[in-house]
Parts: sequence; structure tokens; C-alpha cells
Amino acid sequence: MNIPSDLKYTKEHEWVRVEGDVATIGITDYAQGELGDIVFVELPDIGAEVKQLGRFGTIEAVKAVSDLFSPVSGKVVDINKGLDDDPMVINRDPYGGGWIIKVKVTSSGELAQLLGADGYKKIVTA
Amino acid sequence: MSVDTELINTPFTSYHIAAGAKMVPFAGYNMPVQYKGITSEHLAVRRNVGLFDLSHMGEFEVSGLGALEFLQSVTTNNVAALTPGKIQYSCMTDAEGGIVDDLLVYRLADRFFLVVNASNIAKDFAWLDSHKPKGVALVDRSRELGLLAIQGPNAQKVMAQLTDYDLDSMPYYTCANARVGGEELLFSRTGYTGEDGFEMYIPNAACARLWEKVIAAGTKHGIELIGLGARDSLRLEMKMALYGNDIDQTTTPVEAGLSWIVDFSKDFVGSPVVKKQKEAGPTRRLVCLELEGKVFPRHGYDIADERGVIGKVTSGTFSPSLQKPIALGYVPTDKSKIGATVDIIIRDTRHRAVVVKPPFYKQASHR
Repeated sequence: MNIPSDLKYTKEHEWVRVEGDVATIGITDYAQGELGDIVFVELPDIGAEVKQLGRFGTIEAVKAVSDLFSPVSGKVVDINKGLDDDPMVINRDPYGGGWIIKVKVTSSGELAQLLGADGYKKIVTA
Repeated sequence: MSVDTELINTPFTSYHIAAGAKMVPFAGYNMPVQYKGITSEHLAVRRNVGLFDLSHMGEFEVSGLGALEFLQSVTTNNVAALTPGKIQYSCMTDAEGGIVDDLLVYRLADRFFLVVNASNIAKDFAWLDSHKPKGVALVDRSRELGLLAIQGPNAQKVMAQLTDYDLDSMPYYTCANARVGGEELLFSRTGYTGEDGFEMYIPNAACARLWEKVIAAGTKHGIELIGLGARDSLRLEMKMALYGNDIDQTTTPVEAGLSWIVDFSKDFVGSPVVKKQKEAGPTRRLVCLELEGKVFPRHGYDIADERGVIGKVTSGTFSPSLQKPIALGYVPTDKSKIGATVDIIIRDTRHRAVVVKPPFYKQASHR
């Protein structure tokens, strides 16, 4: 199971990568494996406000449906439009081409409340 | 079943794990739900050929004087229509007409062979045993036999590499005892996918040898390993009922659209109720529903119309072949006609669904 050490994680299996004041958000390799083939992703509109650990979308997989929770608060500045035609890119490349939204972060202090790779690994291997 | 019951491995479990399968508990068995992914496995069966381990299914033998009459009395289809080598789809009903199980009845030279759902093995055996007259022998072979299915438009190409038996003159829903992959075994031209295909009942001791032979023969034709996930979406596209989801003891064959496997001219356990319901017409029917858009109907979701909730989705998926949401569910008879519209409630939102003619997928190589 791939858990990159340079990312932060939620207990709900989202990851976040912060570059400058923009956070890129997706779901983890573990999450995509548990969900199985992803059929579609309901995305927020660009400009929408998201709250830390607030719901921002839904992911429908063959085996289950799951809500998506934002690791950080902020304004949605980009969504991965490629997911419309090829949602299974999340299964193939969860930390790369399978990113879901980008958020302009309002409070960098929130990152301290997220899990590091080691902390997240403990959750999924417990 | 108690939660601490140890899962039963099939004779092929180690092969699934070695192939990277995701294993899940199913009806007490440790089964592969998927290998590479449900969608790609589903499409491999529709377009080429796939291999399924179905060793969890139950098999009973019924023999002795009176075996035919016994099966006539406990199953709904006309067993007398079976000549040796033929198979029929049937079901057993209780005194209220509720479906105890759906099953396949094979007529062999000197006995009958029943294939029942894994989740119902103990219940079915007890049910049959309690109705069985003296002189009829009922034997549970479930733990002695592995079951492999080869399914897909190219299934015969793979099977032809494994046996000299004349497959060209083997019709759908027939069986034979023959040498397959060097082993003497019972196999049939049957399946649960809508595609052409074969199912092989393999004595445990021969399972490992046969697996290797099937893989060797199948590899030349690009055979893929298929898990229970794709098995479910394949059968659903054909409107083949899944016991426990679409049918159970609270539903009757008439409601479930299974009147075609009921011989209304004979008597069987439950027949007074079933015949009466056929005559009067059922108050609800199991229908095929198609939706639009990117939604995913699932088991247990409510079906509604202007009157409010009128039924429930019993099976649903996003059809890999049709690329649209499909579902089965029970609706009142007045909403069961082809073209009728209802709503399926998916996370508090109503989505329009249209009753369509079965099967959902119409290009299958067999039906």
C-alpha cells in the first residue's frame, strides 16, 4: 500500500499536498482499493467554499458510495474535469492523475491537525 | 451463522490469493470478489472469456425409486420433461408460495443432481429431507466437489482444448460425463452470465490438476479470472435473480417473473397459493428499471411515485455494458408495465426510472 511520506492525511482517507497557498486533495491508495472500481465522482463547483472535514463531494464505486471530506478549509479553485470521462484514474493513480480538487487554503494552521504518513499508516493497518 | 465461524476455503483459494484477488466472506466461504477490477472482469466475460470459482455452490444427489415423483412434489418446474442429460432451472416454494431457493435440476442416467445457492445449503437439505419419502436417497456432495465456470463468447474455444467431447452438438442446458483436462467429471453448458459457457463439477482431489490445465488452455485465449463482483453485475444485466436480494421466502415465483419455471398443471408444495396468485394476478412484480445520468441505485433504496414509497430496489448497479444505471425492484402491478415511470430515491433525491423489457443487455451470446 502506497502512503507517500510528503503528504498529510485525514482519518477519512483523503490526502492533501500543499504548495504555496493551494492544497491539492484526493483519496488514498488504501481508499481506492477498498472502494474498488470508481464509477463517478460528484464534484463541487469552482468557487465553492469548503470547511475542514466538511463534505465536498461524493464518490460512487461499484462496491460502495462514500462521501468526500476536505482536509482543509478554503475556496475551490480547480476541479479535476478529467474524472468525468475517466473516474478510474483514481484507482490507477490516486496521488497523481487521480487528484480531485484544489483549494486555496485560508488557514495554514489547520495542517497541524491532520495525520502524517506514519499516523495514517497506523489507522489503515490497525 | 455465528460470526466466529471459520471461513471455508475452496480447493482454489490459494490460486486466488496468488493471483492478487481481494478475498471476502460470502455465505461462509472465503471467496474472491475481484482480481484486477470488477469493470474489466465484467467486460472480459462479455467480449472474450472468463474463469470463475463457484465451489461455494451446493450440490445434492437425489436417487432411488420415487426420486422423480419426489422432485415433482418439491420443485415448481416439470421434472418429467427432463430426459437424461438435460437440465432445468427451477425453484422450491414453501406452503405459502415463498421461494425456499432457486436451483438447477440435472437429470443424469441414474439420478438427479441439484445445484443450490451456497447460502441455502443447510436450509435446502433440511427442507428436502423433511419432504422426502422412504426409498429416496438424498446426499449432500457440496464439500466433495469444486466448481469452475468458463463463461464468455469464446468459452467453447477454451473448453475444446480440454476435452474431446463433441461440444458443437451440446445444446445449452445439457450436461455430460466426460474426460475434461484428463479428469472424469460432470460438466454442463450452463451459466449465470447470459454468455455461452460451461460449468465443471470437479472431485476435490482433481481440482488443483484441473485448475492448471484450465489456465494453460485459457491463457492462449486471453482468459481472465473473474470474481463475485463481476458475477453479480453480469447476472444483473440479464435480470437473473439473486437469492437473498431479488427473491426469498417473502416473494413468490409469480411476483418475481419466474412463472416460466412453474408448471401450473401439477401439484407441488405451495402450488395452491402459487396457482391462485397466478389466476388473480400478483399485487406486485419484480421489474427492470433503467435510469439516466451518473447515479448508482443500490439494494434497499426506496422506489416511489406520487403516492409515496411503493417498493424497494433489490439489486442495482452502474451497468458496465450499457454504461447506465440499472436496477431490479418490486413495484405495484399498476406500475409494472414496460414504459411505466417511477422514482428511485438516492440519498434524498428522486431520480426518474423507466420500466424496461428484460434483459437489460440484449447482445449476450446465450440467454
